[in-house]
Amino acid sequence: MTELLVGTKKGLFRLEGDPADGFEITARAFAGQAVEYAMRDPRTGRYLASVTSWFYGPRIWVTDDPTGEWEQAEGTRLPGEKDRVEGEPAGTSQGDGEALNRLWVIVPGEENGVLYAGGDPGPLFESRDGGLTWSLNDGLWSHPTRPEWNPGNGGLCLHTIAPWPGDPSKLLVAISAVGVWLTDDGGETWRHSNTGIVPRYLPEEARDTAVINHCVHDVRRAPARPERLFMQFHDGVYRSDDAGESWIDIGTDTGLPSDFGFPIVVDPADPDSAYVIPLVGAEDRTPPDGAMRVWETRDAGASWAPRGDGLPTEAYLTILREAFDNAGEGASMELYFGATSGEVFGSGDAGATWKQVGDHLAPVYSVRTA
Amino acid sequence: MLRAPLSELCGGRSHDVAGSTVQEVLVELERTYPPIAGWVLDEQSRIREHVNVFVNGTHGEEGTPVAPGDRVQVLPAITGG
Repeated sequence: MTELLVGTKKGLFRLEGDPADGFEITARAFAGQAVEYAMRDPRTGRYLASVTSWFYGPRIWVTDDPTGEWEQAEGTRLPGEKDRVEGEPAGTSQGDGEALNRLWVIVPGEENGVLYAGGDPGPLFESRDGGLTWSLNDGLWSHPTRPEWNPGNGGLCLHTIAPWPGDPSKLLVAISAVGVWLTDDGGETWRHSNTGIVPRYLPEEARDTAVINHCVHDVRRAPARPERLFMQFHDGVYRSDDAGESWIDIGTDTGLPSDFGFPIVVDPADPDSAYVIPLVGAEDRTPPDGAMRVWETRDAGASWAPRGDGLPTEAYLTILREAFDNAGEGASMELYFGATSGEVFGSGDAGATWKQVGDHLAPVYSVRTA
Repeated sequence: MLRAPLSELCGGRSHDVAGSTVQEVLVELERTYPPIAGWVLDEQSRIREHVNVFVNGTHGEEGTPVAPGDRVQVLPAITGG
């Protein structure tokens, strides 16, 4: 039995089942509110969800039982007016005047109890108590380049957090439209790392000098070879073989119908594997010719092949950044993705065949397996 | 005066709170009831975009004066079409 946590425009849905026999909704929470992301910490079994109230803003909620009550986590706030020096007049901010807009992602760290969360306008938060309280990573938030950071269409979003298996001092994060950031000292200091990525949306003469104008859409690390990562860029697909220090183009002339898309997934058992969902460019954001296909590489991006038996062939859907995930590995790896149409599709054979496993939900923002 | 879910975070709909402006009243409300921090005011102590505050039935802003005995209401903004 697989558990799917589906974040939608109208709340969180838990689906349980398997690709062969189907899924059913077994819990719904946060009705009417945007659930950007939800995950279950595999170490504790605790569920965490980032929820944005139209009225009351974004925050993280936690529970041990998604059919029961959720507890509000504390600390996902930016420096603000209340951080002013005592005695200073009200309204004089010690922060930079910004407010948290969304929380895009929650990821378990390598140390017990540690989780990370990323959001808009670019903060990285850390929890050391399993998600109940959070604090802002000041090294990244106060980076000297921060005034130069520009948002993408989805905001200035820190959406990717990739720990290094077994080493809590190393972390990779990615921000749209800034790029990749690396730390080797547990988040004290950060350096950008966009070497090799070509932002073709910039004028040709500006591409070589652009250092932090990179609209990264998603990055996944290959667990079996941690120095290898795969990236879906705004207009390109890339691979790194040196822990994100540099990036190699694997989207040009490799068979992909489009190098635009949002999520990317890897097979934990095979560091040469990756899965993308190509969409037609930034202006359309639907599958090429309406044919819903997941594309797979098994040779580290040298070639790609479509996997879509069972997926619709006249579908004008958008698959968002966090709406694609896997469970298991190898030939029986399960893959799931959700669409803005409210449908969720699943495969139990690494993408060879697909079934619709969820329907008539609200627009899907995220899908995570648990 | 608060409505759900704010009233649930503060343990009731009606509270006596000190302050000479709307912002001071709301900041004091947050100090007294920490679970409501960030719900009405953002990090910069600005009233969230889709929250309305009324003082004695008149729409107020952060700097709107509040006198002892005044009635401050916090309501979600109208979102209908």
